[in-house]
Amino acid sequence: MASSQSQFSTPPSPVATVPEFAGNLPQRYLVDRVFKFATWVATAIAIAVLGWLLFDVLNQGLGRLSWQFLTSFPSRRPEDAGIIGALAGTFWVMIIVPIVAFPIGVGAGLYLEEFSNDTWFSRLIEININNLAGVPSIIYGLLGLAAFVRIMEPITGGRSVLAGALTLALLVLPIIIVATREALRAVPEGIRLAGLAMGGSRWQVVRDHVLPAAFSGVLTGVILALSRAIGETAPLITIGALTFVPFTPGCTENFPYFNPVDLVRCPVDVAQSPFTVMPIQIFNWISRPQAAFHENGAAAIIVLLVMLVLMNSIAIALRGRFQGRRS
Amino acid sequence: MPTEFSSPPDRSSLWRPNRSRSRQIESIVRIVCLVFAGISILTTLGIVLSLIFETFDFFLDPFFRQALWIDRLPDLLPDASEAQIQAVGDQIQALNPAQLNEASQAVGLEPPSPIAGFFYAITRFFTDRRWTPLFANDTDFGIFVLISATLMTTTIALIVAVPLGLLIAIFLSEYAAPKLRQVLKPILELLAGVPSVVFGYFALLTVTPFLQGLIPPLQGFNALSAGMVLGVSILPLVASLSEDAINAVPQDLRQGAFAMGATKRETIQAVVIPAALSGIVASIILAMSRAIGETMIVTLAAGQNPQPIDGNLGFINPFIPVMTMTAFIVQVSLGDAPFGSLAYKTIFAVGMALFLITLALNIVSYWFVRRFREKYD
Repeated sequence: MASSQSQFSTPPSPVATVPEFAGNLPQRYLVDRVFKFATWVATAIAIAVLGWLLFDVLNQGLGRLSWQFLTSFPSRRPEDAGIIGALAGTFWVMIIVPIVAFPIGVGAGLYLEEFSNDTWFSRLIEININNLAGVPSIIYGLLGLAAFVRIMEPITGGRSVLAGALTLALLVLPIIIVATREALRAVPEGIRLAGLAMGGSRWQVVRDHVLPAAFSGVLTGVILALSRAIGETAPLITIGALTFVPFTPGCTENFPYFNPVDLVRCPVDVAQSPFTVMPIQIFNWISRPQAAFHENGAAAIIVLLVMLVLMNSIAIALRGRFQGRRS
Repeated sequence: MPTEFSSPPDRSSLWRPNRSRSRQIESIVRIVCLVFAGISILTTLGIVLSLIFETFDFFLDPFFRQALWIDRLPDLLPDASEAQIQAVGDQIQALNPAQLNEASQAVGLEPPSPIAGFFYAITRFFTDRRWTPLFANDTDFGIFVLISATLMTTTIALIVAVPLGLLIAIFLSEYAAPKLRQVLKPILELLAGVPSVVFGYFALLTVTPFLQGLIPPLQGFNALSAGMVLGVSILPLVASLSEDAINAVPQDLRQGAFAMGATKRETIQAVVIPAALSGIVASIILAMSRAIGETMIVTLAAGQNPQPIDGNLGFINPFIPVMTMTAFIVQVSLGDAPFGSLAYKTIFAVGMALFLITLALNIVSYWFVRRFREKYD
């Protein structure tokens, strides 16, 4: 680095250096090749580590994966334990988080892109959102503990599904807002101008033309935010999600124990129920000493990763459609 | 209704937009959106207020007043013998900390003021060399015990992530063919999307046993494998942000260097990297902030043992179990601390320290980009 830099930063000295400069060309090319190889190796290491991780998880967990594992409640005996309680919790989180975060995130994005004049307030919100994106997730857990579990206890019922979902909704809000803004910015200005020229109000143009054009981009952001939310462990441990849950939220008594209709039929039962989620179940199993529980953890990781890969594939497909239409 | 073209149209059949109504709707929508945008500010306020409130509550806890009282006994009772002081100290120790004032008659001494207790608590927080907040006796609150463990795992993570991440960024932006890039980018995104609890599994049950084969004194929980896997987890962040910074360097600069006879590596090292340096440094600082706040990897793999800051140097030994700030918060949360207990307040005090450190790093990163960005137009 020092030698190559000096070639550029110091003025060229007398003619004598020129033959030398050309003379060590083979050596410089050799260093070039070594450097290129190093960048290649670094990339290969990253991929190899990912492959190692996936191989190890599959190797440990694939044998444990069965219908019984998917449909059983946790147990003290590792061979009887299953993930139905955690699946139900993750399922409810995936329903409640978007119900809260989608309108708020899209509304905030709309305000910043379409309605705000560049006032101090909108700049404050912008800086604030950037800062929120950098706050560690466990701090959101502390906020959830103080605000949702403690202060809002009459509504949330304490350490409940609702308290957890609200905490996660705040956590992923910056992701949805940023994605919404990017999608709105990608809509050509001509569409807005044309709508306004036809006599539409700002909101009519946004509702009928801008939002539909930006919708798949917004949806991509929401799916990515959700996939972040269902992988989060720390904030839910902090608000006190349980690690041993031999029941599921809601009022569906028989298999599969969770039913979206419960949200209308018995919303309070669902929202105020204690719960666990997939990552917490995994954490619980990994932190036990017995190897059989570690296998359960690996099997649950496979289920979680499959869910995440599915959601990300949908997001990537949507993004492809979105970009395709724009160009 | 007009039936013939010749007759003038009835005015009521013409399109007449209800402008006042759409204006009303628009202002309602605007206000709703404004409120939603304001929720992000409320979130920040909520975080800051709950941390400040509970942290103050922690420092004002009567426990510290009581401890200060016992500390001061030799000054308060200058004529007493050591055994007498010990006896009064035990008497104070036995008091309910919440009723110090009522109990003071029994001892016959004035307790220290709450303000004095507050400053004593802050001093203890920053100067104690052990972290034993959950002990019944001999309780110590040295936050630097936790901070040193966090810094150790973060440093190991950066040692892994910075060189690898930079080389990957250079490979992707300068060497990889577009087709290969299209394959590699989603793989990196996949790595970025792996939940931290999965990395925790990997660190504890895969990397640690592997490293124990190479380094026999390595214990089952240790900062080394936690830090290394932490490095892998922040690798995509360093790589993708650095790649963005490198891609933002205009092609002219590279071609200028090539025209001067520089090879590709010389161009990258002497022209491209310096030009992208502000973005690269910002990405490293952001990754550092992410590593400090990361929870599950260090909780699972680095252990739950705060190492005292003393001559044994356990607090900088990467082969033994340590306890990071985040791991402590998880430990207390799993133990279900009742509201208002000292343990409950302690996690907010630790959270406050964590929040301030990451906030400072985020601000530095933001400032760095603004201050040192090379602008090419």
